[in-house]
This record gives sequence, C-alpha cells and structure tokens, in this order.
Amino acid sequence: MNTEKNIKTLIIKKPLKLDCGKTINNFPIAFETYGSLNENKDNAILVFHALTGDQFVTGLNPVTKKDGWWSFAVGPDKAIDTNKYFVICSNVIGGCMGSYGPSHKDPETQKTFGTDFPVITINDMVNAQYNLLEHFGIDKLFAITGGSMGGMQVLQFISNFPDKAKTVIPIATTSSHSAQNIAFNELGRQAITADSDWKDGNYEANNTNPGKGLAVARMAAHITYLSKKGLQEKFGRKLQEREDLKFGFDADFQIESYLRYQGSVFVDRFDANSYLYITRAMDYFDLVKQFNGNLSDAFKKTKAKFFVISFTSDWLYPTQENKDIVIALNSIGADVGFVEIVSDKGHDSFLLDVPDFLNALKNFLDKSYTELNNEK
Amino acid sequence: MKNEFKVISDLIEDNKKVLDVGCADGTLMQFLKENKNINVRGLEISKEKVQECIAKGLTVIEGNAEKDLKQFPDKSFDYVVLSQTLQAFLSPEIVLDELLRVGKKAIVTIPNFGNWQVRLHLLFKGTMPITKSLPEQWHSTPNLHMCTIKDFVNFVKFKEIKMIKTLALNSNNTSNITTNNLGTKNLFADLGIFLIEK
Repeated sequence: MNTEKNIKTLIIKKPLKLDCGKTINNFPIAFETYGSLNENKDNAILVFHALTGDQFVTGLNPVTKKDGWWSFAVGPDKAIDTNKYFVICSNVIGGCMGSYGPSHKDPETQKTFGTDFPVITINDMVNAQYNLLEHFGIDKLFAITGGSMGGMQVLQFISNFPDKAKTVIPIATTSSHSAQNIAFNELGRQAITADSDWKDGNYEANNTNPGKGLAVARMAAHITYLSKKGLQEKFGRKLQEREDLKFGFDADFQIESYLRYQGSVFVDRFDANSYLYITRAMDYFDLVKQFNGNLSDAFKKTKAKFFVISFTSDWLYPTQENKDIVIALNSIGADVGFVEIVSDKGHDSFLLDVPDFLNALKNFLDKSYTELNNEK
Repeated sequence: MKNEFKVISDLIEDNKKVLDVGCADGTLMQFLKENKNINVRGLEISKEKVQECIAKGLTVIEGNAEKDLKQFPDKSFDYVVLSQTLQAFLSPEIVLDELLRVGKKAIVTIPNFGNWQVRLHLLFKGTMPITKSLPEQWHSTPNLHMCTIKDFVNFVKFKEIKMIKTLALNSNNTSNITTNNLGTKNLFADLGIFLIEK
C-alpha cells in the first residue's frame, strides 16, 4: 500500500510510558481534520474511531477510495457540522493507517515489529492522541465523541484529562469489556493466528499474508455488528444468484456471499497484526477496575456535559452497559443526558443513516455550542 | 404554558437544582432554565419526548421513574417535580419515597378525583368519569391509582411527610388548602399541588 502521500502525521517526540511498562518516543500519529478551527479555538471536536476505523472520518478515504467511516454523521450541515466545527480524528496507535503500529519498523533492529510491538491499551491510545491538542494549540475541546471502541476512548480521555473537553458523547459503548466481547475478539485473533501465512506475525518478512484468517475474523465480527432482525430482513434465506441449493459448500445463501465479500474487502485495507493489537486493547479496557470498582470516580474531576447514546438492537454493547455509565455519572450529580435510539441495525447503527440518532447528536451539539458560547 | 407549571415555578426559588420526573416535552424545564436560572434535569420514558427535550437543549435522561430514580444520590436535588403522574405508577408509595429521598423537597401534583364533575359523572352516568384533566377511557387510561386531594392529604399525613404548601387549582384560580376548607377544595379543585419534604 503506497499511502504515505495522503497521510498527515505528527511525530510525537515526548516519551510516552505505556501501560505495559515500555516507553515509546519519536513515534508518528496519523491524523486528518475537517472544517476549520476558529479564532477562539473553541469549536474543535475530537472524534475517536472504532476497531477498524481510521482518521478518514468523512468524504473520500484517499487510501481505500471509499467513503469515510462516519460520512453519515460528519460533514457540512450534517450532525457534526464541519461548517461550524473543526473535526480532528487520528489513527490509534497500534493501527495501520499511518500511526505507530506493528507494521512499522523497530528503530533498533530495522525489522518490522510484528508481535514485537508493545501491547497497547485504550489508555495509551488517548494519551498519544492528547498530543494533538498541543499541536493545534487547543486548550479545551468543544466535544469528544466516538462509538464502540471510540466510545471507550471518549471515557478514558475525559477521565485522564477532565478539563480538556466541554461536552462528552460516548456512543454504543461500555466502561468495561464484557466476557462476551472478549470471547468474540478472541475468536478473531484465533482465526488470524491459525492462518499458516501469519508466520508468528512475521508475514511481511516471509512475503505472505494471513488474509484468510483476517477475513474470517472480520466475518465473525461483522455478524456481531448486526441484529438478527436486520439480517433476517435483509437476507432471510435468499439464495445467491442461483435458483436452488447446490448441495455443496459454495456460497448458496446471500448472507454467506455477503460475509465473504465483507471479509475479502477488509483484508485489502487492514493489517492482521493491528487487528490483534487493537482487539487486545479493547479487551483490556476496564475503566471500572482502573478506579477500584467505582466508575463514578473516573468522572468526579470533570465538569463536562455528558450525552450517552445507545441503540435498541445493539447486543454487542447493549443499552444496559451504556446506562451503567449514566448511572455512574448521576450518582455524582454530573450533567448527563441519555437516549436509547430505536433501530434494528444492531451495533452498526451508529455508523449508519439512523435519523433519530443523527438528529439527537446534532441537536445536542448545536444547542450545547450556543449555550456554552452565551455563557462567556 | 399551562397554569399548573406557573404555580410550580412560583414554588421554586431562582438558581436551584431541579429534577423534573416525567418531564414530557420539557416545557416546564425550559421555563425554569430560562426564567429562573435553574439547573434542571429531566427523566422521561417516551423516546419522542426525550428527542423533543434534546432539540430544546435540555438535559434529559430516558428512563422510568419506578426503576431509574434509584441512581440519584440522596438529596441531590433541591426540588423534584412530579406533575400529574403519581397515579400512573404501579407503586405510587415507592415513587413518593424516592422523590423525597432524591429531593430535599418535592412538588407533586395530582388530578383530583374528588372533583364534583367526576363525582356527578359516576353518580348519574354510571360510567367511569371523563373530564378535562382525566380525558381517557377506563380501558386506555394510564392512571392506575386515582386519588382525591383528601386521599393524598391523608396519605401524606399517614407517612409523616411534612406538607409545606398545599394548593388547589381550579381553571386559573389558585388557592390554599387548609384543614378547614379541605372538604370544599376537594369538591371544586381540578388539581392539587403539594410542596412536601421528609
């Protein structure tokens, strides 16, 4: 992938001590911005991406040539209106769209890291991204938001930097990765490492690509992003370009063909080792444990205004897990709003055209922005 | 804004912290926020109403008072408001206890089932009363535990809850309810408004 020219990077010179104990420095963070930062520098929104996202939030992703992952929500006149707000998003460390990750070369050995890359956490990701505020000279972000793993970063960020955001919008997320979430991630990792082309993570040196394993990981994960009802309505038992069953193991059903396609396009844009690292970071995420069993303590230093959003058919990060965040905030009298959006599109709802969700997000942001500006 | 909300709003001093339980479209919240500089939160069960509140820039939590009040710490609000919904809960007593736990004071309003129109309706028509403040048919009403102003006064006394202010609302007239006029107010008021604390 020749991606270099389309990717903006910031080299972080300051050493960053990772949760695993290692320290990294002089490492790149790849980022993208949309809209423009106003004179007061009070209109910035930091967006955090999910497991397979990247910094290209909206518009055409110059690397994949597809729409950005949050094109429905971010753009001119959209929920996160880039005519009004300055949107920043960066690729997480451990990722594969330019930020420091397992496909980078170890400066000491000049060999590709592979699994020698240090295991990173959600905490490490947000600590790395915090450097962007300094880079842009932003004292306080207007908002931080993200869904799924993006939501975990939102929670970790406001916990680490309580006075650096005015509004906080975690979406379809959790404060502590559940056993079921870990189980699905482990399934994906096992699929990758079981691929003989994975070569203990050294596939680049061996000129192989564990594409089959990565595709299976993506297929399994993709099912968890949808709802049973959504799948049934979209695919049912419809057959794929054939009149009848073929009594073989080709993709007879449309759902099989769809999943195979999802797996194959994913392999073209994602690095297998990054998938291992990022899913691990999600599994290790437990903000409750970080605060000795009391989630409220994660938020007691912030005066930010929270808005938590969940979706009815999301069984991966169900409403109750989002509500636990609301409960923790209410128990310390924090300013928190919460809405559960009706949608049969499963966990993926936050990425899709779900008008009730997009309206709520837009209204919350725009009203909060006006209000916070009037207070000055 | 309906008169009931004006009366409620007059009971609340400026700059206080208020929780509006069953805040609906946020009319009262918006008034309190804009005119009395009140830090106001809402709890609302209807998704549509929650969206309306968000569109008004109000902080609202989608939830059910019977389950979701427990997440608020003791005395975390100066006032907790419950407008014309106490009778719709499975257990009004538990909700009332919760209101008084979460709020330093509570303002509860109830549609008065003792109103003469209600009494006459049942007496002469022999069917469940339908009035301006009780517009639903018996089978579709959300109201499970209708009570009169007198019932509520007795209940509050029984529970040893302190009644700070008791008002009767009749179209646009507001008047104090006293021990002496309770019988009359219970006959003529549409609505009872109670400022209570425990």
